[in-house]
Amino acid sequence: MMRRRVVTADLPLIGVALALSLFGIAMVYSAGQTDVPTIAGRAWMSQIRWLIVALVAAFFVSRASVRLIEWLTWPAFLFTIALLVITLLFGTGAGTAASVKGWLTIGGVRLGQPAELAKITVVLMLARILGERREPPRSILELWKPALIVLIPWVLIMAQPDLGTGIAFVGIFFAMLYWSGVPWPLLVLIASPAVSLLLAFNTTYWGAWFLLLIALVVKYRPYLVEGVGLMLANVAMGVVAPLLWERLAPYQRHRLLVFLDPSIDPRASGWHVIQSQVAIGSGGWLGKGWTEGTQKRLAFLPAQHTDFIYAVVGEELGFIGVTVTLALFLFLLLRVIRVAARANDGFSSLVAFGLASSWLVHIVVNIGMTLNLMPITGIPLPFFSYGGSFLLASWLSIGILVRISSEGRGGRFGELAI
Amino acid sequence: MSFHPNDLARRARGASWMLVLLFVVLLGAFFRTQVLRNSEYALKSESNRLREVPLPAPRGIIYDRNEQIIAENVPGYSVSMLSPAPDSLRASLRRLSKLIPLSTDQIESSVRRFSRAPTRPTVVLSDAPFDVISVLEEHRVEFPGLIIQSAPKRYYPDGEAVASFVGYTGEITETELSQSEFESYKAGQQIGKGGLEKQYEKQLRGQEGVRFVEVDARGRVVREAGARQDLLPLAAPSLHTNIDLDLQRYAASLFGDSLQGGVIALDPISGGVLALHSAPSFDPNRFIGGIPAEYWKQLNTDPRRPLYNKVIQGRYPPASTFKLATAALALSDKVATLDTHMPQACTGGYQFGNRYFRCWDRKGHGDISLARALEVSCDTYFYQLGLKLGLTRLIAGGVRLGFDKRSGIDLPGEVIPIYPYGEDYYNKRYGPRGWSSAVTLNLAIGQGENDQTVVNMARFYTALATDGLAARPEIARNDDDRSRTRVVQLSDRELKGLRNAMKNVVSERGTAASARIQDIVLAGKTGTAQNAHDATRDHAWFVGFAPADDPKIVVSVMLEFGEHGYYAARVASKIIERYLKGPQALASGMPTALAGPAPSDTVR
Repeated sequence: MMRRRVVTADLPLIGVALALSLFGIAMVYSAGQTDVPTIAGRAWMSQIRWLIVALVAAFFVSRASVRLIEWLTWPAFLFTIALLVITLLFGTGAGTAASVKGWLTIGGVRLGQPAELAKITVVLMLARILGERREPPRSILELWKPALIVLIPWVLIMAQPDLGTGIAFVGIFFAMLYWSGVPWPLLVLIASPAVSLLLAFNTTYWGAWFLLLIALVVKYRPYLVEGVGLMLANVAMGVVAPLLWERLAPYQRHRLLVFLDPSIDPRASGWHVIQSQVAIGSGGWLGKGWTEGTQKRLAFLPAQHTDFIYAVVGEELGFIGVTVTLALFLFLLLRVIRVAARANDGFSSLVAFGLASSWLVHIVVNIGMTLNLMPITGIPLPFFSYGGSFLLASWLSIGILVRISSEGRGGRFGELAI
Repeated sequence: MSFHPNDLARRARGASWMLVLLFVVLLGAFFRTQVLRNSEYALKSESNRLREVPLPAPRGIIYDRNEQIIAENVPGYSVSMLSPAPDSLRASLRRLSKLIPLSTDQIESSVRRFSRAPTRPTVVLSDAPFDVISVLEEHRVEFPGLIIQSAPKRYYPDGEAVASFVGYTGEITETELSQSEFESYKAGQQIGKGGLEKQYEKQLRGQEGVRFVEVDARGRVVREAGARQDLLPLAAPSLHTNIDLDLQRYAASLFGDSLQGGVIALDPISGGVLALHSAPSFDPNRFIGGIPAEYWKQLNTDPRRPLYNKVIQGRYPPASTFKLATAALALSDKVATLDTHMPQACTGGYQFGNRYFRCWDRKGHGDISLARALEVSCDTYFYQLGLKLGLTRLIAGGVRLGFDKRSGIDLPGEVIPIYPYGEDYYNKRYGPRGWSSAVTLNLAIGQGENDQTVVNMARFYTALATDGLAARPEIARNDDDRSRTRVVQLSDRELKGLRNAMKNVVSERGTAASARIQDIVLAGKTGTAQNAHDATRDHAWFVGFAPADDPKIVVSVMLEFGEHGYYAARVASKIIERYLKGPQALASGMPTALAGPAPSDTVR
């Protein structure tokens, strides 16, 4: 009898990813059904082709050993950096998702957005660096290596500028630090200067935050130099923030103000988010019915097949549809956390958690944006938003996760039920 | 070991709980937006999607007393445009102006209309001719916001003949829109601009309907029908009037193009207006859908002032027609009877202090009674009667008779007559020493500080024609309000005496002899008013009624530059004859009557 290496497929994971993808294609199709035809009209066909490509790619990735992936991490990371540099130099803009210079084009053919690839390779690279450690980092200085790994591509992507992906990197960085065992007070301290910057505009909030930090420092007791340095950084941010605000270009200030209150500019900057809220709010419990959304159909909803596709879900399928999709996303993420918790080694575990955190940032920022809970950053919704690179990247992630899952401990009913 | 399964399980638990919490918050945000605030957003989505295209309601039809149509609605077309912004509207209209005649002014006023009500279709042409419509229908696809719809259009079959009282309709102006009275109106709507159309606007307006069309984010009409159930317009109820359209047409024809002035005919009992005409008139049909500029200019530069209603807005010295008022006051104050003679006989004038006041007849009338003085309109007699009454009583009496008040006719724009409210009036006007009791003499014969409207004189004579009571002159038939107020405080015998004197005015011995009508006894009083603008061309008055013993009609006529009161009397007698005998009795028209021999005398 021939012995075959059996990859036990994580069927719930694949199932939920497939369900989300098909759901997404249905929504991309609906987004194309407008009264006045738009470029979104045929997007669903292209999305189906990309899904087939993505599924094949995911299958092959799932056949590859995690060790192979680990071995490929360094070259892949360097390759990504190179691509990002090339994109910055020769990239083309006017992508549908965001008006950024994020496309790599050869001979007029768009190859894709290297930023999508970067999200995966940065996760792999971080997993390698953090997975090698025997002990979790205890001080900020120990974090220079992972920080550098994120910072290099982050700077390249922010230069495009692609604020959305930039935010995703920050989310991935913190999530993976957490998973590698960095204590949460240290994470709060690292993040504190940024929070100070935001709160500096209200003295009371900033004061409260500063007292909280002092309490945290007293309890956690970091190195004296680091503790003092952080507190000074927080003070500096509080002082610098109003100056920075003055330095901002008027349009940048305007954008921030519109986020706080979209109604100050209902025709231009506020338009997207107002119309998106109207679309979602008018959906009610059951929605207006698939393909029947009037906000979408009459072109009130911008970027309805890419960044604002969730507004179409809200409008046409209502609160019920929203609940179902959120439940699917939640299930996906919980399932990936389970994979991470059962992984055989640190690298695999960190990769799984990093991919989950990347999706989480996308989901929260994208969906939050449609309700004006988050500023508009042009970040797509995994499995839903129209776009080949991102769908491919998402399924490559699924392929890696399936592999990690099959190599991990337990099985479906292991000892580590969470 | 940081990746020991137990550590991982602990962190996974923490991460999972955080995750669940995050999703619950997100779901809560959706619940708030979609369920709690659903109605608010549903409304916004609907107002995004639907544009209300108003369906104009037909205005109420105006009928005369015999159910003949004075004002009706005929099918017309209006052109309007849906636009997201003033600039795109302007651009579309510029393109449109290459296909149809559309001036820059029209485009700019459309843009102003748009800024008043951006979500309503902006009216571009409220009354487009059929050839324009057919051109537009051909090019409809090029103008996605274009709305062409049938709109009822006002039409006055008798045009100029009824313009004086019916008025006209027009688009509401920006000034009107900002008034609280017109709160419920929108830019581009038609409203009554004058006459009955304005007076009864509330009643005639009707209730606009709504058709819902679906538009996209750029304001293009995507779906014309079925977006939502249309609300049909509600036609306004008809307005029934006291006007006798046949008589009205006849009165207007008497004036023709040559005469200018005003006439009103009243039913003496009800106060109902049988006819009201101001000449020259205008064609209200040309006002509908925007007045052509050259027509508007012509009307405004015409020295005969066609837009000025001489019946309710013109103020003229009542002249001898006022002698009835002086006489009535003398009778009611027991200063004189109809048989009273004055101390001084008429020798062609009256010496008062250092001034000599002429009678119109230089030959003089001799020693005559009040009744006879009315027949021949003797000024000398009335100078003395006025003095006998005294200025105080003359003024107070005139006020009592209503010469300082509007008649209250149901038309907009009636002016208040000029009449002194007391002696203070003269003090204020000329200074305490700037006038003498000579004003009494002038006032007594209807000159001086005394300017009356045609309608107000008619109201006063209504009281003389009946039992001393007069109803408010009313064009609209109002069956509820038939209240009449006492004007003249005289006994039946005294009234009858006055009527007899007026009968004699229109007899071979009176001043309006040539206005006699066969088989009908006519009573009235002529007047020739000094014209402040042209001393050689006096205004001619006649106010009278018939049949004298049981009056069915009161007519007040004023001919500007009519020169002699008897000309006015002839116009009045024609109208009365037509009304009492019907159209067939009048074989001979006005021209022959007016061409009759002119009396050798000049008539006051």
